[in-house]
Amino acid sequence: MRPFHPRALAGGWSRRTMARSRGHGLGEYRKMQHQMPGEAATSAEGVTPLKLFLGFASIGFVGFGGVMPWVRWLVVDRKSWCSAEEFDNLFALASFLPGGNVLGVSVMVGGRLAGRRGSLAAVLGLVAPPAVLVCLMAELYRRHQHLEAVQGMIGALASAAAGLIVAMGLRMVWPMRRSPRALAIVLVVVVAAGLLRLPLVWILLTILPASLLAARLVAR
Amino acid sequence: MENPVALLTLKILFLSCIAVGGFIATVPELNRFAVQVQGWMSDGTFATLFALSQASPGPNLIIATLVGWEVAGFAGAVLATAATCLPTLVIAYQAMRLRAHHGRARWFLLVERAILPIAVGLILATAILLTASASGAAPPKLALTALTAVFLLATRRSPLVPLAIAAVLGGAGWV
Repeated sequence: MRPFHPRALAGGWSRRTMARSRGHGLGEYRKMQHQMPGEAATSAEGVTPLKLFLGFASIGFVGFGGVMPWVRWLVVDRKSWCSAEEFDNLFALASFLPGGNVLGVSVMVGGRLAGRRGSLAAVLGLVAPPAVLVCLMAELYRRHQHLEAVQGMIGALASAAAGLIVAMGLRMVWPMRRSPRALAIVLVVVVAAGLLRLPLVWILLTILPASLLAARLVAR
Repeated sequence: MENPVALLTLKILFLSCIAVGGFIATVPELNRFAVQVQGWMSDGTFATLFALSQASPGPNLIIATLVGWEVAGFAGAVLATAATCLPTLVIAYQAMRLRAHHGRARWFLLVERAILPIAVGLILATAILLTASASGAAPPKLALTALTAVFLLATRRSPLVPLAIAAVLGGAGWV
């Protein structure tokens, strides 16, 4: 994965100035502003807030057991709005912001493609349809919670949904396979959070400085 | 301030400002506030709402929607949902702009390289916790989790396919 060799970032630096001198519209210039050089190669052209809203709304309805893997599937696999590595970087950044990774990454992807209104559209699409649905489900559940089939279905859905997260985690680890530093940190976090179940604040306070130091040392 | 909707909205607004690691991290505090401090609902009701929010499609911040719905109906649901999203909307947008402007700076690349493995580790930890809590160590359910993961890794088809199969198997009582 490229981010482990920052100096390999090549080309594209002058895209912003080129866009200006070639007389592109202001909208296009804005869009390019939010895109990191070297992270193009996607079909991010002409993505409107409406398209973002509809895309995110479509996964809001099906994202059982958490929408995180679905957002990645939509943005990277289905629509190619972001490259996998850019998505992973945005995702990592969002994990350290309040409100959680799913919401944060949607704000960033929407904003990168269509500015402020894009962010708003992505979040509305992600949250509004399931919010309506969940209130309806609450009423439905009150009436049918005793049915065995309903409970069996929900139990099986939960297991399959866990599989979605497993796959997403493995997909994100794969590009790190040649970096012992990154793999060691992944392992420490998995043990601390998944097996020892330490509070998140502790994990961040101890591992973040260590990880920064390790990244610094490897960079030299 | 006596108005429950305003109280709940302010509380959620505050919680989502500090909810690093996802809104799910604030659920214990939301529980304490709604059940013990304000007495809006029983512990059992809150537990049911939480289970529902987990089983429903959509991001897990939807628990706030359900609490708002329980406390004050439609207005409560809308305000609670908006309050969970607003802080992230502002903060993440600014972070994205920061990234666009400083994304090539050495310090930023360093930070990015440092936080990516931590985020991935947290995802894998979540995967372990979810697998364990969903399966209860029952082999058929573990197999369901594993097969879903393999399906997603091997194909680019919609994740809805394994979920639909799982729902049918579960509904028929085979898993």
